[in-house]
Amino acid sequence: MANTLLLGTRKGTVIFDRTASGWQPRPIAHSGIPVCYAARDPRDGTLWASLDHGHWGPKLSRSKDGGHTWEDAPAIKYPAGARHIVQYLPSPDFDPTAPIGEPEYKAACVYKIWNITFGSAEQPGRLYAGTVPGGLFVSDDGGDSWQLNRPLWNHPSRGGDLFAGPAASETHWGGTPASIDYGVFEPGIHSIVVNPQNPNHLTVAASSAGVLVSTDGGESWAGRNRGMLMDYLPEPAAEWGHDPHFVTACPGQPDHLWQQNHCGVFYSSDGANSWRKVSQLSTGVHFGFPIAVDEQDGRTAWVVPARADSERTTINGGLFVARTRDGGESWQALRDGLPQANAYDIVLRHGLDVAGDSLCFGTTTGNVYVSENRGDSWQCLGNNLPPVYSVRFG
Amino acid sequence: MPTVALTTHLYRFFPQLQAQTISVPAGSVAEVIGAIDRFAPGFADYLLDDNGSLRRHVFISVDKRVVVDRKRLSDQVPEQGIVHIFQALTGG
Repeated sequence: MANTLLLGTRKGTVIFDRTASGWQPRPIAHSGIPVCYAARDPRDGTLWASLDHGHWGPKLSRSKDGGHTWEDAPAIKYPAGARHIVQYLPSPDFDPTAPIGEPEYKAACVYKIWNITFGSAEQPGRLYAGTVPGGLFVSDDGGDSWQLNRPLWNHPSRGGDLFAGPAASETHWGGTPASIDYGVFEPGIHSIVVNPQNPNHLTVAASSAGVLVSTDGGESWAGRNRGMLMDYLPEPAAEWGHDPHFVTACPGQPDHLWQQNHCGVFYSSDGANSWRKVSQLSTGVHFGFPIAVDEQDGRTAWVVPARADSERTTINGGLFVARTRDGGESWQALRDGLPQANAYDIVLRHGLDVAGDSLCFGTTTGNVYVSENRGDSWQCLGNNLPPVYSVRFG
Repeated sequence: MPTVALTTHLYRFFPQLQAQTISVPAGSVAEVIGAIDRFAPGFADYLLDDNGSLRRHVFISVDKRVVVDRKRLSDQVPEQGIVHIFQALTGG
């Protein structure tokens, strides 16, 4: 049973402890600093927070004493010579029929550390970090040093090895609106999945590119977007350009992966070799950001549906979680304990988590709800928190 | 030696710099930042990005003149110069 909840919020890290009288919050850590992700490493108990300083650059903060004290971890930096092809938001006079010009290059710089993922128990000290502009960093010493995963950075879908020279291919990685706060329009890696049965089997998802898998510990990568559909583009089944909002897998059945995408909910039961759209419009299951999957049953998953996509609010003012137990064949709306009128909460991509029978989500309106019965009913932990960016049990 | 005045926001992260006069050898702005980083490790990462350029919302002035070379920080700080490090203001 998880006894800690870590929330990354716009104004700091909020930790709740499970006590005999329920979940109790501690005084906020990193007060005033945006924290886009916070999680506990189950292997050694270290707490991690990704600080999204407005002025001072992204930083990783860690606590080795359960959150009583925090320290900056050594900075994550791109190596000299790391470049990427610059992306631009289409301007009003964008002409899609115009010839493609020469690519423009830019020296890479970490804008945001969007995700921290822990290696398997057999790999003590192994950590992964996903960034905007789309770099996967790896540490093998508990975060004291980080290396860019070059095979992914140099992938042909991004133009190839730009350390060596000009692009050898076109980039198919698009920018994410989540990068616009930093004055750029670049992709970002927000989801990293380590297969607990085979730690060399890695899955990452990038907005707006798609899903990539490595089966050799990150030495090589291949796109895994078959079955994905982009409703908003002329070629919905294109190999690249997809916008997964979050991708996760069942720890007990790691071939079962789930994806809340911009264009629906997708499910794979074959290790991401193929995806199947399992949206159910009659229940409102289609658009949203987070998704969680049961720890043992790969066919059970939860989403927090939202109205797609120009409004991005609850559906008809009522907040609910939807659950499937049959691989997306059917969905059940779970509303007990959640506000059903005048609620406009949105739950961001890292804002929902599951641990055993417990679920928790936090919203951009500063509301946090927890369920101890797999989502059947919900209890409010607070209505006045800062906007919530991430929720993770620890 | 030049002296350096910091925005008070940075003292939160580098309390060892508080309530003291920061004096460093004359040189380029890059060398001044490097000198502070030596007794406040990590300080440079707060001001500079991966490529050593000044972060977008950080400003430095030398004797009231805002630094021109934000990319390589080659502006020179004279022997009696005063360096100010400050940041853009933001909303809620």
